[in-house]
Amino acid sequence: MSKVAVDKEKHPLDAYLRMERLPHIWCSGCGLGLILNCFIRSLLKSGLDLDKVVVVSGIGCTGRAAGYIRLDSFHTTHGRAIPFATGLKLANPELKVVVFSGDGDLVAIGGNHLIHAARRNIDMTVVCVNNFIYGMTGGQLGPTTPLAARTTTTRRGNIEEPFNIPYLVAASGAVYVARWTTAQVRRLEKTITEALLKKGFSLVEVISPCPTYYGRMNKQATGLDIMKYYRDNSVIKSDIDLKYADIKLNGQIVVGKFVDIERPSTIDL
Amino acid sequence: MSEREYLAGEFFLSGDEACAEGAISAGCRFFAGYPITPATEIAERMSERLPEVGGTCIQMEDELASMAAVLGASWGGVKAMTATSGPGFSLMMENIGLGVMLETPCVVVNIQRAGPSTGLPTLAGQGDIMQARWGSHGPYSIIALAPNSPQELYDLTIRAFNLSEEYRVPVLVMSEAATGHMYEKVVIPPVGKIEITPRRKPTASREEYLPYRPDFDLVPPMANAGDGYRFHVSGLTHDERGYPAMNAEAQDKLIRRLVEKIEMKRSEIIELEEDGIDDAEVVVCAYGIPSRVSLMAIEHAREEGIKVGMLRLITVWPFPEDKIREIARQVKAFVVPEINYGQITLEVERCAGGMARTILVPHMGGSVHDPESILDAIRQAVR
Repeated sequence: MSKVAVDKEKHPLDAYLRMERLPHIWCSGCGLGLILNCFIRSLLKSGLDLDKVVVVSGIGCTGRAAGYIRLDSFHTTHGRAIPFATGLKLANPELKVVVFSGDGDLVAIGGNHLIHAARRNIDMTVVCVNNFIYGMTGGQLGPTTPLAARTTTTRRGNIEEPFNIPYLVAASGAVYVARWTTAQVRRLEKTITEALLKKGFSLVEVISPCPTYYGRMNKQATGLDIMKYYRDNSVIKSDIDLKYADIKLNGQIVVGKFVDIERPSTIDL
Repeated sequence: MSEREYLAGEFFLSGDEACAEGAISAGCRFFAGYPITPATEIAERMSERLPEVGGTCIQMEDELASMAAVLGASWGGVKAMTATSGPGFSLMMENIGLGVMLETPCVVVNIQRAGPSTGLPTLAGQGDIMQARWGSHGPYSIIALAPNSPQELYDLTIRAFNLSEEYRVPVLVMSEAATGHMYEKVVIPPVGKIEITPRRKPTASREEYLPYRPDFDLVPPMANAGDGYRFHVSGLTHDERGYPAMNAEAQDKLIRRLVEKIEMKRSEIIELEEDGIDDAEVVVCAYGIPSRVSLMAIEHAREEGIKVGMLRLITVWPFPEDKIREIARQVKAFVVPEINYGQITLEVERCAGGMARTILVPHMGGSVHDPESILDAIRQAVR
């Protein structure tokens, strides 16, 4: 094997991160660093002009991603990343607008904006990191927390039916919908690349470990335990009727690329 | 599609329509809104006019989204506006705060109706004037203008855009149903006769640019998304790099600058109209539509021999503290008619500091004042 000079102090993606802001705030075992890494690789693979890529985040653990990536990026208000991104895109259609945020931000407080952006088929890519819980505030019930799961606000187990995100956004009109877990990084990277290049409203849900809160309260003590669970329980079913893609506590996780269709955007009409 | 830049000439327009034309004249090319009485006509006119001038108009799912989209559009490099009334204004408060924090030029028009809550949707009120100042959480300064005619809704909407670019802050145009739905002659000046403040672009290189390093006047130049600067901005307390800085020192430095960049330019921002104040013993202090109703009361009072002056606040925020203090030294009393139960009255009273009385003429909304009520207050002031 030939020797290649490698600067051990540097990571190949350092140039795309705000190194002066590291270390990041994410807990050990959290999936967010991995997803951000995947996202940057996807961006590079997509061939998009990075000067024209804008990342918009809301609030929460995932919301902090915008602050670490060395691109034009906006850390906005809780739930409002999508309408903020809509304004950016309509004002300057040359921009590639990406919303990178969490399940609580996008599906609870921002749920109305999510379905309306999908309905309008606004040209943007949403990376929705779903860890089933509010991490930043210390482990409360989220809109995707599975039935019976424990959180700090459902000590005896969640009694609310969670949202099935792919089913929701597909019904709302998204042209590209996929879901992977952090245990399928290659597929995730390929899917985000495709989503970035897809015209119209695309959403990639990424199931991601939160060992600190969700894991600890639901008998998945470490990030590694959760990754093993993802590995052993993910089932690729891209042609599934999405109504059956709901996620149950400690159950199977249906993953795949569920929707890839063409539909004119409101702006094109 | 015709490319009508703007419509120079004399027109018979409603206040709402004049406001939309003012926005077009000012260079506004993005509008996001949600239908609400009595501001809907602004959205309707913008939806017709913006495509004619190469702009974009979108009806969002609510006012939270409208305000967020306006901020996004402004960062996309386009002058942007929304228009609403009380209930929508309440929802916009969240992202008006983000606009203040990110220092985002934009204009918010509030055609006020009587509140609280759903109140009287079609009828005038001025109950949001304190909300305009303090409605979003946290300490900050903001600019608010109060037109009293369709012509002023045209003129002050242009001024609002100029101020928002100059100070990088959301500027509020605080009108009400009576003026928004009033039809009057509106003169739109010919092309080139309207002063437009351009956005202050960065002069630093891409490597050296810091999004919140201010110029001498405390206002930082602004790069648009996609210009290649690869900046980060955040609603969190931040340093000059735009990076979160979670400590009291950073908070102190940032808030002082956000407030002072406006307060140190009060004399340039504050616009007033004065009449007969020099020898007055009582001064009517009014803003918006009550200033017009007051004219009749003032005329009658003068016929009765009362020396009464008029101070009209065209800029309400920042508040003209110095002017009120100056007048308070010479008059017996201020008479403050407003379509609420006393909001600006409190500011007048604060600035008068006991040197002159402050007499509120409240009107709860649903109509304008009866001039007789203002005349009675003037009489009471000199008794």
